[in-house]
Amino acid sequence: MSETRNIAVTVNGKRYEATVPVRLTLADFLRHQLGLTGTHLGCEHGVCGACTILLDGLSVRSCLMLAVQAGGHDLLTVEGIAPSADQLHPLQEAFRDNHGLQCGFCTPGILTTLIELLRDNPDPTEQEIRIGISGNLCRCTGYQNIVIAALDAAKRMKMSPLPARGERSSERSERG
Amino acid sequence: MKPPPFSYHDPRTAADVVGLLGTLDNAKLLAGGQSLMPMLNMRYVLPDHVIDLNRVDGLSYIRERGGALEIGAMTRQRDIEFSDLVRERCPLMHEAIRQVGHRQTRNRGTLGGSLCHLDPSAELVTVAAAVDAKVTVTGKNGARSIDFAAFPAGYMMPAIELDELVTGAAFPCWPAGHGFAFVEFARRHGDFAIVSAAALIEEDTNGRVTRAAVTLGGMGPAPVRASEVERALIGETIEEKRLREICETLRKLDAVDDIHAPSSYRQQLATVLPRRALLQAHQRIAKGKRS
Repeated sequence: MSETRNIAVTVNGKRYEATVPVRLTLADFLRHQLGLTGTHLGCEHGVCGACTILLDGLSVRSCLMLAVQAGGHDLLTVEGIAPSADQLHPLQEAFRDNHGLQCGFCTPGILTTLIELLRDNPDPTEQEIRIGISGNLCRCTGYQNIVIAALDAAKRMKMSPLPARGERSSERSERG
Repeated sequence: MKPPPFSYHDPRTAADVVGLLGTLDNAKLLAGGQSLMPMLNMRYVLPDHVIDLNRVDGLSYIRERGGALEIGAMTRQRDIEFSDLVRERCPLMHEAIRQVGHRQTRNRGTLGGSLCHLDPSAELVTVAAAVDAKVTVTGKNGARSIDFAAFPAGYMMPAIELDELVTGAAFPCWPAGHGFAFVEFARRHGDFAIVSAAALIEEDTNGRVTRAAVTLGGMGPAPVRASEVERALIGETIEEKRLREICETLRKLDAVDDIHAPSSYRQQLATVLPRRALLQAHQRIAKGKRS
């Protein structure tokens, strides 16, 4: 009996049209209706940060939005970070090389958060990275290698700037 | 699905919102969603109708008018954080907002959502109390303005009617060169403060305080102005020993006792945090004079 709406969204550069129950969260829409299960759900109430995606280039918790609210917007999930199917983004390479993940559950949210952070601040201090990822919980790493990986990624990205697929580099949406 | 069933409305004008509020029973307004969405996901609230404000025109702005910063209810916390006008004209708010949640929540969270949710330790709520903000509300009988001191009707309950919508708030600016500081004690960065303190002062050329506003958040159901301390500061020069004496009187304030801290702990913080905030506010005036 759930009320539904039709929406059109762009995810990782690809346009989708779908009918969604109005109470469906954006995270569940991405995972269950679009099959993009890279966006992980930990707490589902906005604390753990695992479900972080970019909405018009800004990081948001997809468990705290309704799918219907994303209509007309441009989303980037972890699946859209790598430039192609056989090449990792420098941020992902830095995480692999520095052991920036263990179980990997929190990683999608941390990567999307850092995509925004490193775009807005290409030369962050360690402290800025620690504050930047303070909304992402990781229970494996103790964060140290995540911070090292992020600093390494900043260096790599300065050497070879590489926009992520579906990412709109500079523009920001102003919504009333 | 985590949220309970509801009907969804996405009006385009404030007038349409007021119209819906006047006709729908058990409706909730959805602003940035950083508090309502968790409450829906956990089914703490079971609204029959959700009215989404995200597509309403004209509620997102930051402008200076008549010596005050006017900020629209749907202005994102992020836009406040990165606003040059806010940093220049209400530096207290600039300092406070960086302690609101995390980047991901500030990208969505709004001024109006924060004021109406009215968490007693929310930073923007404490700032509104500190500068005597006025909240603008619109309803079927038109717009009205509410002094922030009268805005909290109770714990997490704004003094607005069921069919009224908060459209924005005006934050009076302190003159250039004033001292300010927002300090808080929280377990982790981004958490709600257990207690927060906002200090605003002006000093004359001899360094004597001519005007002071000292506000505590997190003590009770709404922020409290330490009016006795504000009066005691007038004519004083700020130095640590005297501040200790003055701020010690704050230990007698009522404070809640909850899972995060007993009331005695909050009362201890109430003597410490305003002192730190006042010292920092004073140092900023001195630094401004030197540069």
